[in-house]
Amino acid sequence: MNKYLFYPGCSMDTSARAYNESLMAIRDVLEIDLAEINDWNCCGATEYLGINLIPAYALIARNLALATKQANGTRTVVASCSACYLNLAKADHYMGEREALNVHVNDALAAGGLSYKPGSLEIRHLLDVIINDIGLDFVRSKVVKPLKGLRVAPYLGCMVPRPDYKKRWSDHEHPNELDRLLKALGAEVIDFPLKTHCCGGHMTQISPSTAFELIRRLLQSADQYRADVMVTVCPMCQMNLDAYQRETNQHFHTNYQIPILFFTQLMGVAFGKEPKELGFGRELVKANQAMSRIGVETPTEEPKVQPRRKKPTGLPMPTMPGEAVEEE
Amino acid sequence: MTTLARKFNDTDPNVRFLEEVSERTAGVSRLEMCIQCGTCGGSCPSAADMDHTPRMLFALIRAGMREEALSSNTPWICVSCYHCVVRCPQDVHIADVMYTLKSMAIQAKLYKDSTAPDFSQTFVDMVETYGRSYEFGLATRHYLKHFPLRMPSMAPMGLGMLSKKRMDITPKRIEGIEQLKAILARAKQLEVVS
Ligand code: SF4
Ligand code: SF4
Ligand code: SF4
Ligand code: SF4
Repeated sequence: MNKYLFYPGCSMDTSARAYNESLMAIRDVLEIDLAEINDWNCCGATEYLGINLIPAYALIARNLALATKQANGTRTVVASCSACYLNLAKADHYMGEREALNVHVNDALAAGGLSYKPGSLEIRHLLDVIINDIGLDFVRSKVVKPLKGLRVAPYLGCMVPRPDYKKRWSDHEHPNELDRLLKALGAEVIDFPLKTHCCGGHMTQISPSTAFELIRRLLQSADQYRADVMVTVCPMCQMNLDAYQRETNQHFHTNYQIPILFFTQLMGVAFGKEPKELGFGRELVKANQAMSRIGVETPTEEPKVQPRRKKPTGLPMPTMPGEAVEEE
Repeated sequence: MTTLARKFNDTDPNVRFLEEVSERTAGVSRLEMCIQCGTCGGSCPSAADMDHTPRMLFALIRAGMREEALSSNTPWICVSCYHCVVRCPQDVHIADVMYTLKSMAIQAKLYKDSTAPDFSQTFVDMVETYGRSYEFGLATRHYLKHFPLRMPSMAPMGLGMLSKKRMDITPKRIEGIEQLKAILARAKQLEVVS
């Protein structure tokens, strides 16, 4: 049983619920013990770094400090979100590279009774752990339902293979790790040229047309290669490509319908888990047709829940389009 | 013929600009090592939308052109894809320098478009209040202010995300929020002295 400290990040129980559900479902098969870091906080994504330096790093480092206190027999922190992974790795790396940052961040942490010594943890992305600790031979030995005939575009995005402080990946621009994993599951993996290109990141919020263009390129390329599905390793990439696919189509008058799944969902299918345990049906661009091609029936709809209006706790909240529609 | 003694002021903030940017970047920025090769701009997926390529921007910084550099849209268009970073022959921490420039532009109020700074600030406010990010509140507040016209086209997505339970209606708060606030308050004091 490999043990890890787990940093889920904010998206895992909201927008990337399917990632979380599928990861939890395959934990036992992979024989990994993921101990969630107690009371972890948001890493600030790519937002805090552009506002204040020391607070941004102190925010990240609180998680590292909490992780070192939580001895469960390991010093490896695993993150499932690419941006979380990079932020945690960045704080550890730069606190080690620059003493002034280390001193200031620790001064701030001390105000909360915490401290962190750079280098005391190993920060890794989930995919790295699966490839390099668990290994493809082990993964292959657990496959009971090979994904034969499913054409998959492996999409890594930017922040996992780059900047790669610890030189863990086979290449910064065309790494083969995700391809190899998907092949081990029996899938037909396309040689996706844009596998580490950007999905637009937070630009969907800031400059939508810039983001839509980046999203369009990825969808177009996957489509040209006749991919049935695209696979991601990051909640934000999945969100951009899935939830904004419709708007991107409207923007360019295109009609791409490429389901965007998490690699853990396909691992779960290959390991013979039930699709409904794996978060299928939560994707906005439905995956059921693509999956039925290999004889896997996946749900399309989650049971409809009426969003209940709760007392706003603190923030003055304007209404969401969904809520407004319901009231009318 | 005599040369008039010209007085240079060593503390001129423009003369010190490169140093200042470098100083305020997280790691060792290596910005001083830039050889102006242009590999960064050539690798950048967003270069077409930028006022200056990263190379040009770094030339402005070296030339002490503070106002031009801080009002450039380049750092705001940078998507932190790290393409330039892994290709730069001088290992300049380009993406981190972009973060530094954003924070300096905010402090100097030199950014031209407030969409991105507002988004970051809204995000940070939520994190400072709850310790967790809160996509539902974030997107709503942000869209209403900056893209009210996109709200109708966002409705199907918003509904989809809600019905698929991919968005929380209420934010989560961490237990150690007071501890986090104390850490951030101290960090902000340090930011001023550093
Ligand atoms: S990157 Fe996103 S998901 Fe990860 S902790 Fe930060 S805000 Fe949350
Ligand atoms: S691909 Fe997109 S979400 Fe993923 S790391 Fe790059 S910008 Fe961020
Ligand atoms: S790639 Fe590096 S050295 Fe070349 S111009 Fe850009 S920052 Fe300077
Ligand atoms: S990190 Fe920023 S500047 Fe560098 S290539 Fe990516 S978008 Fe361009």
